Amino acid sequence: MASWIRLAWLIAAKDLRVELRSKTALLSSLVFAALVLVVFNFARDASLVSSTVLAPSVLWITIAFAAVIALNRAFNLERENASMSGLLLAPISRGVIYVGKFLANLAFVAAVELVTLPLFVLFFNVDIWDSLGGLLGVMALASIGFVAVGTIFSAMVVKTRFAELMLPVLLLPFMVPPLIGAVQVTTRLLSGRPLSEMLGWLRLLAVYDVVFVTLCVMVFPALVDE
Amino acid sequence: MPAQSAATEQPLAGGTDLPVLEGKGIERAFGSLRVLRGLDLAIRQGEALVVFGPNGAGKSTLLRILAGLMRPTAGTVAVMGNPVRSHEPETRRPIGLLSHQTLLYDDLTPLENLMFAARLYGLSDPKRRALAALEALEVSGRALDPMRQLSRGTVQRVAIARSLLHDPSIVLLDEPFTGLDVVGAELFRGVLAGELERGRAIVLVTHQLAEVWELATHIGVLLGGRWALHEARPPKLSDFLPRYGELLRG
Amino acid sequence: MNSELASARRIIRLGFALTAIALIAVAGVYVRALMYTPIEVRQGAAQKIFYVHAPAAWAALMAFSVVGIVSALYLWLKDPRLDLFAASSAEVGLAFSVVMLTTGPIWGKPVWGTWWTWDARLTLTLMIFLLFLGYLTLRAALSDPSERARFSAVVGILGLVLVPFIHLSVYLFRTLHPAPILLKPSKPSLPDSMLATLLYALATFTLLYIGFVTTRYGLARAVAAQSGREGTDA
Repeated sequence: MASWIRLAWLIAAKDLRVELRSKTALLSSLVFAALVLVVFNFARDASLVSSTVLAPSVLWITIAFAAVIALNRAFNLERENASMSGLLLAPISRGVIYVGKFLANLAFVAAVELVTLPLFVLFFNVDIWDSLGGLLGVMALASIGFVAVGTIFSAMVVKTRFAELMLPVLLLPFMVPPLIGAVQVTTRLLSGRPLSEMLGWLRLLAVYDVVFVTLCVMVFPALVDE
Repeated sequence: MPAQSAATEQPLAGGTDLPVLEGKGIERAFGSLRVLRGLDLAIRQGEALVVFGPNGAGKSTLLRILAGLMRPTAGTVAVMGNPVRSHEPETRRPIGLLSHQTLLYDDLTPLENLMFAARLYGLSDPKRRALAALEALEVSGRALDPMRQLSRGTVQRVAIARSLLHDPSIVLLDEPFTGLDVVGAELFRGVLAGELERGRAIVLVTHQLAEVWELATHIGVLLGGRWALHEARPPKLSDFLPRYGELLRG
Repeated sequence: MNSELASARRIIRLGFALTAIALIAVAGVYVRALMYTPIEVRQGAAQKIFYVHAPAAWAALMAFSVVGIVSALYLWLKDPRLDLFAASSAEVGLAFSVVMLTTGPIWGKPVWGTWWTWDARLTLTLMIFLLFLGYLTLRAALSDPSERARFSAVVGILGLVLVPFIHLSVYLFRTLHPAPILLKPSKPSLPDSMLATLLYALATFTLLYIGFVTTRYGLARAVAAQSGREGTDA
């Protein structure tokens, strides 16, 4: 078990190091997130629709789109010199490769979220201090869900010609439960509602995460074993 | 003269009669296209099988199957008597692969690449092992330079170092001399000879027979997915080439 | 290889036969629906579309479950015919979901005053439609048959597991946000004659689904057998 974790972390760390040197995916995501927020900011009429109603949706749409941009990075980088073969050749299980990629993707999406959140506060003038802990929690819960499935799909679409287009097409239905849950919980957090009103959604998010992470670890070998 | 060994000094222990790599009845089809149509091979310690043949004969496919990267449609592959299975990771440990792609990360340095590989294989003291491997291929001087700045020949040497890093019992090589200059090729031949002396086994796919002729102990000609020829290496290349020409025509 | 082509042809013939029977049965159901089933009091004649919409949704959902289950079987047994069957079910399911998605708004506009509502069933079938689309687009984008089979099988399985979560999400959403519609389109208590018509419609659509999938599967087998004979990639 310990070596599993060590190996997954090794792969994730390698991905992070490569990304920090090349800076391609992360930068695109961050710029995209900032742009989307700016567009939303100008598009709304503050007198008609209150921030608290619109804000959670805007936040999560931004995160969702920026995350999808970052997801293709994981398996794209292994194409350059067929380094995926190096991973498959090593005496490590397929599941470890998936978990490593998943962790790296999660780190990138977390980075995007941590940059988006302050921009969001800035543009929409929302007060998040009281609910910061809860917000970070729901961000983590929701992200785990769609990053798990997104990592699987990015392993597939990297073999197709229109990977950047195919990934959102496949992933969209899978983002619905995490996004609905995230928006609902975020809305209640920002309005200071009690925890009891969010429990149903939080449970949904948690179960979604457990089910899909497990399922994805189980189906990943079918994707890479020729 | 054999170069310094790329990894530890230990020769292979155990019964020398057990084939290091054994393939039986290997077949592979892609949809309805049958690329390999039943191949047998057995390679023992210290042996080097050179696989030769026209393009599209299935040489790279064979190598991928021997490496455990691809499942044969039929047949088995065993390393040291253990069948290679994708869900049993340890069965892959004795295998080393040098593909015609480097399997390296261009954004990392050679040292980082090799340390990653060392850790992936769970080797103790990864940094020392990585440096030793780079030393053996005489590229330790560039260990900290970004891969993108290195010449093709240097990159190839790093790739070779990576493939030998974990002391594989069987080394599979696909066109390994591509990109190497004369000095690099000579060095590499020395490294391979050293590995053979220490009991490793080699399967090498190439288009340039002359470069590996002396190293080879066995020659296999792959034609249409089958062995057209599979025997001990004849003493002279000049004797062999006419026979090869006939095989192609026949 | 000839026997493979012969089996494929037999399957196609069976499929044609089933489809023909189903189409006649469907015609019969609609005669009954239009002529002999009473007009619903509140919704008027527009309610008749229900007899197309509901069975289409049912068939789409059934097709989707088949894709998921057969995909799991394929990953376990690795029989390429299972992959062909799953793909056939997906194509047929896509067609049914298009019918469902077009009849829904046509029914909805006169009855509810709106083209669309995010209720549980409509949302679910929209998602299933998108999943079918993704599944088939992925298949079209992959040229290696083994990759195509394995990858789409994974999508099929993941999709099937997703369905309960979509349903739950929408249900949770609905209970906390009651929908402002005048009439509940789901499960009104139907008088016997209407219920009977609905059941007939469901049965005939099931038969239609089976007929279509059998035909499509037979065609897929024929294509595979054909390319096997010519020695090219399927």
